[in-house]
Amino acid sequence: MSTENKEKESLFSAKRRKLITDPLNDNNPVTVQVLGICSALAITVQLKPAFFMFLGVLTVIAMGNVIISLIRDLIPSRVRIIAQLVIVAGLVIIVDQVLKAFVYDVSKQLSVFVGLIITNCIVMGRLEAFAMANKPWPSFLDGVGNSLGYGIILMIVSIIREIFGAGTLTIPTGINTVYVLHVFPQSFYDLGYVNNGLMILPPMALIVVGMIVWAHMET
Amino acid sequence: MNPLKKLLEKVEPSFREGGKLHKFWPVYDGFATFLFVPGHPTQKGAHIRDGIDLKRTMVTVILAALPALLFGIYNVGYQHFQAIGQLASASTGALFVYGLIKVLPLIVVSYVVGLGIEFAFCIIKKHQINEGFLVTGILIPMVVPPDMPLWMVAVATAFAVLIGKEVFGGTGMNVLNPALTARAFLFFAYPAFISGDKVWVSLGGEKAVDGFTGATALSQFITQGSQITNSVGQPMGFMEGFIGLIPGSIGETSTLAILIGAVILILTGVGSWRIMLSVFAGGYIMASLLSLLAPSFPDNPYLAVPPHLHLVFGGFAFGAVFMATDPVSAAQTPLGKIIYGFLIGVLCLMIRVLNPAYPEGMMLAILFMNAVAPLIDYYVVQGNIKRRLKRVTVKA
Repeated sequence: MSTENKEKESLFSAKRRKLITDPLNDNNPVTVQVLGICSALAITVQLKPAFFMFLGVLTVIAMGNVIISLIRDLIPSRVRIIAQLVIVAGLVIIVDQVLKAFVYDVSKQLSVFVGLIITNCIVMGRLEAFAMANKPWPSFLDGVGNSLGYGIILMIVSIIREIFGAGTLTIPTGINTVYVLHVFPQSFYDLGYVNNGLMILPPMALIVVGMIVWAHMET
Repeated sequence: MNPLKKLLEKVEPSFREGGKLHKFWPVYDGFATFLFVPGHPTQKGAHIRDGIDLKRTMVTVILAALPALLFGIYNVGYQHFQAIGQLASASTGALFVYGLIKVLPLIVVSYVVGLGIEFAFCIIKKHQINEGFLVTGILIPMVVPPDMPLWMVAVATAFAVLIGKEVFGGTGMNVLNPALTARAFLFFAYPAFISGDKVWVSLGGEKAVDGFTGATALSQFITQGSQITNSVGQPMGFMEGFIGLIPGSIGETSTLAILIGAVILILTGVGSWRIMLSVFAGGYIMASLLSLLAPSFPDNPYLAVPPHLHLVFGGFAFGAVFMATDPVSAAQTPLGKIIYGFLIGVLCLMIRVLNPAYPEGMMLAILFMNAVAPLIDYYVVQGNIKRRLKRVTVKA
């Protein structure tokens, strides 16, 4: 540890910016690491719940990373997993309660999957792999970056599934307001177009995620 | 010399390395070897050479499917004129022409979309084009109702070729039968167009006669057991199902025409008789067992349907002969084929009889067993190894 190198690193140095940008593409938690698939399948029928799921995961990972990073020297390494779990569980309960209080209908749509954020591999992965060994600010950035990478895939999958499955796009414009965009004009349906029922079923979510992984690998 | 061959030889250089159209070599190669026996010998290594290659195998299957397809085309017209009450005044030619108008576009769409994607992939991946899609392309129109919208068939074909085949590595690598993948896609994506009582008879916008019902035999089994009628209310039995002038998917109705295809497949050695026989055996045995349960559950008339009716109505025979025998997705070992086929028959009957949401279970049974086939083969091979190890006397 040389004191010369302890010059203050700028808040958004190139290294730190990479913490955010890396998970968006080259090291995306869903398409490259293939983590957090279950929730990507379960809550992507519509754009709106997918968006709130992303916010929930963002809160949990970012705050969990900061908290773990703050107390990382206090956690005995033998019980670190259970310690992380307690913190994540606490954060998930807070997220769940907030959703119930302010966006009840979304909370009902997401149902058990809010609670299942605890088991989302991305959360534990970031806590264990990054926050346990880094300072709070980089940990925060890492958490934001990874949940953004997760959120982007969630958005893409849910937009594809909603457009082709239901023919609409529910864009959240406020806490409890949505703008429902009808993607296909009525004349389309008059010509014989029919919404694809398979898109709404979970298997198609898996196939859509798989195709995104494929497209991502080819580029 | 044959002018076609002359033409091929004339354009060949531009497809060769360095030629202008070299990118499209797979397309040229595909056509040339499809039309004529290729002249190039095996380059290296020991191979078992046979006069028949993949292309000839596929063409044999198409020949075998032709009787069922031609009958299907005729039957589409037959059902149409029967439903509008003009059967007596319409000539055989008129029936056939009506069917042709309905079925030909389906075949064209299925081939254009499927081959288009296949060719594109071969050019991108620099594969040899092989005729894997020739059979799929003829089977897809045979397993859909006559009025299926063409764009849906196009989407389903694209899905089957892309997701069912190309992502696994193309012809010969697919886990599931591509034609059934297309049908499963249609079945779950657009259920209103491929299930229920309204889609199996093509009315063509004309008014049906009084008492008309488009219900297939299988959907009548659910409510009235074996007391079934055709679309104008005349009672049906085993013979009607066997001949096949009944509502249904285009190619599946005539067990007779399908059996002619089965004979061609078995005589040429292209289709496995083990699979066909064991599917029928599995279905018959399971149906007999289920009919034993019938007295205890009087509220499910489907249980009481006699086993021989199960084999001739719906897609059972078609699935057994053309779908289950797909050499890529079926089990490979002789014993494995018997187990695989038997379980298809058993599963199909279970889905048909015990699940009221699905009057037909052949598609799901075959797709499920496609997925299980490698596991069956694994255990058959392991069992064989164990058995032979026991015979070995180990000398210390």
